[in-house]
Amino acid sequence: MDAFQIIGPVMIGPSSSHTAGAVRIGRLARAILGEQPVRAEILLHGSFACTVRGHGTDRALVAGLLGFDVADERVREALELAPREGLEVTFGEKDLGDVHPNSVQLNLEGREGKVRVEASSLGGAQVVIKKIDAFEVEIYGDLPTLVAAYPDRPGVIAAVAALLAGVGVNIAGMRVSRREAGEQALMVVETDQAIPPGLVPAMRALPMMERVIQIDPV
Amino acid sequence: MTRYNFQSMAELLRIAADEGLTLAGVVLRYQEDLEGKSREEVRRAMGERLAIMRAAARKGLHEDLSSPSGLVGGGGKLLEERRLAGQSLCATTTARAIALAMAIAEVNASMGRVVAAPTAGSCGILPGVLLALEAEKGLEEDLLIDGLFAAAGIGMVAAGQASLSGAALGCQAEIGVAAAMAAAAAVEMTGGDAVQAANAAGVALQGLMGLVCDPVGGLVEIPCVIRNATGAAHALVAADIALAGVQCYIPFDEIVAAMVQVGRALPPELRETGAGGIAACPTARKLARQMGIRDTHTHGAAPAEG
Repeated sequence: MDAFQIIGPVMIGPSSSHTAGAVRIGRLARAILGEQPVRAEILLHGSFACTVRGHGTDRALVAGLLGFDVADERVREALELAPREGLEVTFGEKDLGDVHPNSVQLNLEGREGKVRVEASSLGGAQVVIKKIDAFEVEIYGDLPTLVAAYPDRPGVIAAVAALLAGVGVNIAGMRVSRREAGEQALMVVETDQAIPPGLVPAMRALPMMERVIQIDPV
Repeated sequence: MTRYNFQSMAELLRIAADEGLTLAGVVLRYQEDLEGKSREEVRRAMGERLAIMRAAARKGLHEDLSSPSGLVGGGGKLLEERRLAGQSLCATTTARAIALAMAIAEVNASMGRVVAAPTAGSCGILPGVLLALEAEKGLEEDLLIDGLFAAAGIGMVAAGQASLSGAALGCQAEIGVAAAMAAAAAVEMTGGDAVQAANAAGVALQGLMGLVCDPVGGLVEIPCVIRNATGAAHALVAADIALAGVQCYIPFDEIVAAMVQVGRALPPELRETGAGGIAACPTARKLARQMGIRDTHTHGAAPAEG
């Protein structure tokens, strides 16, 4: 237990789950896209859809997409700031099935690519990314995280582990998911140390690596 | 692990007695060891949070605020005007504390920057009490920082043994714990010892035992903002009861355990679903509809944590 968890966090109100958590989801989704989004379709589920305006969940999600922090006073003006930052946002509702009541799907488009992210706000500003495109993941955003997509073949995991060991980065957790054996696989690696510059390019240079995403803690 | 580690109030008080420390003294040393930082660094970090509390208080008392629903804002200002006009029925410290607590809770509701203490929905109580005592008693900044560490100790015990979530245990776990934290801080800052601070926390939590979480429309507005003001007054009353030497009898740890039992016995309607209590009043339902919020009874939603 940490005294600053009790006297804190410093955040934009009103709700740690519906506001601060929503900012963090937006920031993580932006990191997963890997660039500033130019178009975002935000589909709200459950409680998020019910009370979106009253908690400023809409503003908070957009603030996160713009890269704002949970304590940034611009969160309140995020909807007005978005067009000036070149971000076009649309809101809708979607039943995401049997998920946490505070869940959202973000369909993001940048200049380079696009991505679909599903996430839930778990309370107390804790969040989890549940899906990236078709892949089920579990990313909490508290630790430096690497996400890698590649064809499901032997040797890729060992190669990534070797690269991390080579730069003295300890793996805190690793999870691999795939749609079917031999199909595309997705690896999520959480690390104890910050991810040093140069590691992501080295991972991208591995044979068969299709996509590597770096997510810094938010 | 540090020798200042504590899981319960009994442990916290034993360390305080063994080491001849106040609550803040134990929590401060625990935090230094946890982070591997110097006392000055840890105190400075808490001082930064105090500065954010001050900024929220200024904003709430002096700026025009409005929550996204438009229902909340300006209450702290009204209380402050009444105090300044000498009309308040409360004594000086309490009159200040309730205006500050409500103003800060309104800053939270209107998407301003606050320090959760322990939650965003209850963020007005602790700074309301601290800043009111500072103004009325002429307390030094360092004493306020001690107050924050004492408050943190109360919150850490409650978080470890119970939960600080209204969705889990009702408003007693948010406003109730915040008032307990503020009561202990008030005792710490005015020269009480660790036992008196723990008693003040216990008195405060006893007084709010069973408080349900029933936000109108599921928003952190009604009755949350008002409960920040009443909670701040409650905390000062609890501090006076403890400092007067009135016997508390029931140890804080047992009161926290009772809060867990009571919280678990609350039906879901009274745990932050916006479906029971004040939220279920006909006028509350009408207001929620006007805000464009669908009836949470039919939607089965589980709205915000404060």
